[in-house]
Amino acid sequence: MRWIAVWQRNFLVWRKLVIASVLTNLADPLILLFGLGYGLGALLPSVKGMSYMAFFAAGTLCSATMFTASFESMFSGFSRMHGQKTWDAILYAPLTIDDVVAGEIIWAASKAWLSGATILAVVAVFGLATSPLVVLALPVAFLVGLAFAAVGMIMTVLARNWDFFSFYMTLIMTPMTMVSGVFFPAEQLPKPVLAVAQVLPLYHGVELVRPLVAGRVPSGVALHIAVLLVYAAAGYAITIMFARRRFSA
Amino acid sequence: MTALRARGLRKSYATQEVVSGIDLDVAPGECFGLLGPNGAGKTTTLRLCLGLSHPDAGEIELLGEPVPARAREARRRIGVVPQFDNLDPDFTVAENLLVFGRYFSMPAAQVRAKVPELLEFAGLAGREGARISALSGGMKRRLTLARALINDPQLLVLDEPTTGLDPQARHLIWERLRRLTQEGKTLVLTTHFMEEAERLCHRLAVMDRGRLIASGSPRELIAEHIEPQVVEVHGNGFETWMQHARSLAPRVERAGDTVFAYAVDVAPIIADLRGQPELSYLHRPASLEDVFLKLTGRDLRD
Repeated sequence: MRWIAVWQRNFLVWRKLVIASVLTNLADPLILLFGLGYGLGALLPSVKGMSYMAFFAAGTLCSATMFTASFESMFSGFSRMHGQKTWDAILYAPLTIDDVVAGEIIWAASKAWLSGATILAVVAVFGLATSPLVVLALPVAFLVGLAFAAVGMIMTVLARNWDFFSFYMTLIMTPMTMVSGVFFPAEQLPKPVLAVAQVLPLYHGVELVRPLVAGRVPSGVALHIAVLLVYAAAGYAITIMFARRRFSA
Repeated sequence: MTALRARGLRKSYATQEVVSGIDLDVAPGECFGLLGPNGAGKTTTLRLCLGLSHPDAGEIELLGEPVPARAREARRRIGVVPQFDNLDPDFTVAENLLVFGRYFSMPAAQVRAKVPELLEFAGLAGREGARISALSGGMKRRLTLARALINDPQLLVLDEPTTGLDPQARHLIWERLRRLTQEGKTLVLTTHFMEEAERLCHRLAVMDRGRLIASGSPRELIAEHIEPQVVEVHGNGFETWMQHARSLAPRVERAGDTVFAYAVDVAPIIADLRGQPELSYLHRPASLEDVFLKLTGRDLRD
């Protein structure tokens, strides 16, 4: 539990800038949700038995969580690790690089969870989700955050400069958002593309959250959760391996 | 018990061996200086001793704990002042100390109670709420020192504690470090300032190219390695004089356009120079710097 001191450090900084931080994390997804939702929603009668607005809101919840987790673990994490040398200072104390990595990943997941939770609140306020089942989207958002924070952190401990992240953003995250059912049902995709989507974490997050928004129990819950957990665990293990190489070599 | 004991330390990066078989013994309460030119392996040696980096070979015992196996436990009782400041720019002066205390699992109230005393020590009283970016280099260094004391460590490790500071700031740091030694804390520091080593350290080891090439107290090192008097000579015709000087002094060296003549008795040298109006000279007692240059050479290090 030594990672908590690292988590707290980031929390204290966040608390100082809370308004700016929450606004920037939410402005993008909410503009997209209401812009696209109202615009496209007017043209589309219903998707999978939901209004397009509700359908897209479930997707947005997941993609916003993914983006917050990734930005925090990569850009903010790299700034602390590389620019400010905050990690170096922490390592003089009785903490190890494993503690730092764990604290950073759980912090990024927490911040991502807050993005997801706030979008969920907006969804509820606008009457896009009415079933109490939707509360179960909260733990799912944390899990999605954990998976993307852990994978993002691999990039961070491998990065030598800021440009490194643009490959991951452009070549992995953007296409993943397109094929994972955020904007339209993933089943519409050609079979091979769908198969790729099904091994990616975002798809499984969406598969869990969307039925909950619609007031239904998702199917294949165990599989979806397992995939997200595997990404989180594998991401953590791989990050630790590279972080040890980078810091204790 | 020794505060720090290392045997046969080795560490390579890629194909280059940076630390090539080092033994260290630091007694409790001692101020021990590791002296060496840039790239000698001083920082790597410190990182190995702290368990921040793992040695390829050798044994380390830090405050009775085997390192790196139990480095975490040892670091509970250790403070570190790194070569480059890494204060947390997202926090104020006081917050930097509070947050650092958490890393040692100290209760917030206990850390809070220590902050005024530490800021007083660092000469930063009244600056609790200042941003790090608003501090001068000397203030940052002092805050880093205060931060290293948050856990009331038995041993402080300081990597070039005064590099880049002006003389005023440097003297203040020296005064504080002496105070810590008087309080009974063990200090291990690296430096390439001879004055710093002479003023602060009870014992020194000179390191070059990954090896320790001499050790002892500053006086012992001077007595053992160099003639007690030096005459520095420069001016037109110094090269010709240098040839001639070899008959007057047991050791004559040249660096750029200056000749250094080392001897026990410099009277004949000075008598000779009085008859050479073209040359200017300076007579002084030999210092640690002369020992250092003799041992590590006068070539530029990068």
